[in-house]
Amino acid sequence: MAVRKTKYEMAEQSAKERIKNFNEVPYGYNEKTAIEEAKRCLQCKNRPCVDGCPVEIDIPEFIKHIAEGDIDKAVEILKTKTNLPAVCGRVCPYESQCEGECTLKKIGEPVGIGRLERFLADYERKKGVKIPKKAKPTDKKVAVVGAGPAGLTCAGDLAKMGHSVTVFEALHDPGGVLMYGIPEFRLPKEIVKAEVDYIKKLGVEIKYDIVVGKTITVDELMKDYDAVFIGTGAGLPRWLRIPGENLDGVYSANEYLTRVNMMRAYDFPNYDTPVKIGKIVATFGAGNVAMDCARTSLRLGAEKSYIIYRRSDVEMPARDEEIEHAKEEGVIFHLLTNPVKFTGDDKGILKEVECIKMKLGEPDESGRRRPIPIEGSNFKIQIDTALVAIGQSPNPLVPKTVKGLKIGKWGNIETDEDGRTNIPEIFAGGDIATGAATVILAMGAGKRAARAIDKYLKLKK
Amino acid sequence: MYEIIEKKVMSETVKLMKIKAPLVAKKAKAGQFIILRIDEKGERIPLTIADYDRKKGTVTVIFMEVGKTTKHLGTLNVGDFLLNFVGPLGQPSDIEKYGTVVMIGGGVGIAPLYPIVRELKQMGNYVISILGARNEKLLMLEKEVEKHSDELYITTDDGSKGDKGFVSDVLQKLIDEGRKIGMVMAIGPVIMMKVVANVTRPYKIKTLVSLNPIMVDGTGMCGGCRVSVGNETKFACVDGPEFDGHKVDYDNLMLRNRRFVCEEEESCKLAGV
Repeated sequence: MAVRKTKYEMAEQSAKERIKNFNEVPYGYNEKTAIEEAKRCLQCKNRPCVDGCPVEIDIPEFIKHIAEGDIDKAVEILKTKTNLPAVCGRVCPYESQCEGECTLKKIGEPVGIGRLERFLADYERKKGVKIPKKAKPTDKKVAVVGAGPAGLTCAGDLAKMGHSVTVFEALHDPGGVLMYGIPEFRLPKEIVKAEVDYIKKLGVEIKYDIVVGKTITVDELMKDYDAVFIGTGAGLPRWLRIPGENLDGVYSANEYLTRVNMMRAYDFPNYDTPVKIGKIVATFGAGNVAMDCARTSLRLGAEKSYIIYRRSDVEMPARDEEIEHAKEEGVIFHLLTNPVKFTGDDKGILKEVECIKMKLGEPDESGRRRPIPIEGSNFKIQIDTALVAIGQSPNPLVPKTVKGLKIGKWGNIETDEDGRTNIPEIFAGGDIATGAATVILAMGAGKRAARAIDKYLKLKK
Repeated sequence: MYEIIEKKVMSETVKLMKIKAPLVAKKAKAGQFIILRIDEKGERIPLTIADYDRKKGTVTVIFMEVGKTTKHLGTLNVGDFLLNFVGPLGQPSDIEKYGTVVMIGGGVGIAPLYPIVRELKQMGNYVISILGARNEKLLMLEKEVEKHSDELYITTDDGSKGDKGFVSDVLQKLIDEGRKIGMVMAIGPVIMMKVVANVTRPYKIKTLVSLNPIMVDGTGMCGGCRVSVGNETKFACVDGPEFDGHKVDYDNLMLRNRRFVCEEEESCKLAGV
């Protein structure tokens, strides 16, 4: 029988409907569709998809069990490698990872690995999460700084290895960017909470309201713990550095998304934290965070939501799926356009942005063609709100307060492949080490660091 | 959860609370602040640390009831709990030997000023304190500040206590008298800090102000608290809250502090406060 060339469709809310709510966009596969999709897998011996997975999930194996209808076994295989499958199954850039390597791409679309992962995670959550067997308890204690994707993965893996793990989180909720950054419609907060509950059931303790570097220092933690993992992320917003950026109406993507997602400003005044956006919102940047901002704005009632980006569509760093969803929902793209100045009214409230048209020149150090301003092409766009989503830098709070820790030129913590820093008992991973990247890469780093920490603790005896 | 273990009514709209937060108390230093959230639906608000007791593990905050959250906070009592209380945040004050320091507190700004007054005095500075408020009822911590000051001046807008006038008038008089001043610190309404900085600018007297802009996380993540200082954008939560008073763009700060005035009113109205 010939293999079906396209993925089985995953039903989703229509664009017209979904821009009126914050509910998740896709509904996910049901069991029948999941089994059909799993049957598309060729079960390649060389497993190219696994090579594309930062957390080394045994993809063909779990898919095989789905195809055979043994969903529970498939879940078990999946969870030996990932602690956060419901998250990965939603926000991973599969197209450039596992699915990007899939042999089926030679004849059509790859196996919907992301969709299958999501199906398994949702199946298990509904059924009741099983706690896997843990290694015999060791007498070692590890402190993990930051309850984001890197920290939670590292903590979960270390707990499975039998170590006693405490996570220190600055905010009042766990999840890091999963909670404050990624919107509800892309990653429901109940799902993040359920994944965190699983980590806690593995025996991990999470302490909130502790800003490491302020409330307690890493040096102090080292007195009570045998090792410390730092996964504090890229929490420092970058700015456009153009006039008018401090006007009322200009937000960093971080502030905007934190207000809406973590503080639930979309439900103001039922929740106390406000956000106001007016009628026309412009988001600067074209990464996943920018798409999140632009799509969130539509849901908050913006009449027009623009993406303003200095390069062309092929250079947009966001995932294709996010860009597609944004377009379907009516986000308007101003490409090859760069802002030069924000102007406010006489009260200092943002009124318009002046932009300049760009053209593409020779490739720059990032390999992308360098945008060059076209002189005299300036024009103005009326806007009520500007969202700056052009990236984040590592948060300096922790790196700056650890004596002797080697810091890279972007303020990142320098580590080797496995998260070792220049101080033997300190490990780091995720955006704090690499600069802003993806959830899954942070998880991969947390996983490798957990192995390195385990090795270090065993040698330390 | 963080327990309220003492509550004092300072004036009609100003209240003092001691909160049990041993980790914060252990590290707190004059000039720093905390962020609290009352309950699950609450917003995160920054309050400057008015005092701390490391032995008892308590942190004192003094707040004026100006918005939904502070009004709600004011209704809580001893034995009630706050859901979140995180700190100490921001950079502590530089407690140095300046010689003579003039410490200016306006209204509820007197609260964060007090521990800095105390520490600068302990450091061996000659401390001149100037406290101001709209009227006598809104003055606070007069005795406490007096105890650690070599000279104390009081001003009220309506003359109900001390001199009728503004704190900046007293400062100008001191300068006119030829007093040698090593440092001036002002904490209070933005307009007061702006005026104080304008008074000292021609004399090039080092002037520090403590800013309290709108914040969310307090760890440098959101940039909501950004202020323009000497044409550079700084985050009050991690770079501040104290800045060179001569370099702060006060007008922009006032503008940014008004960002959510309408929403605040709506929120208060709905809560009936």
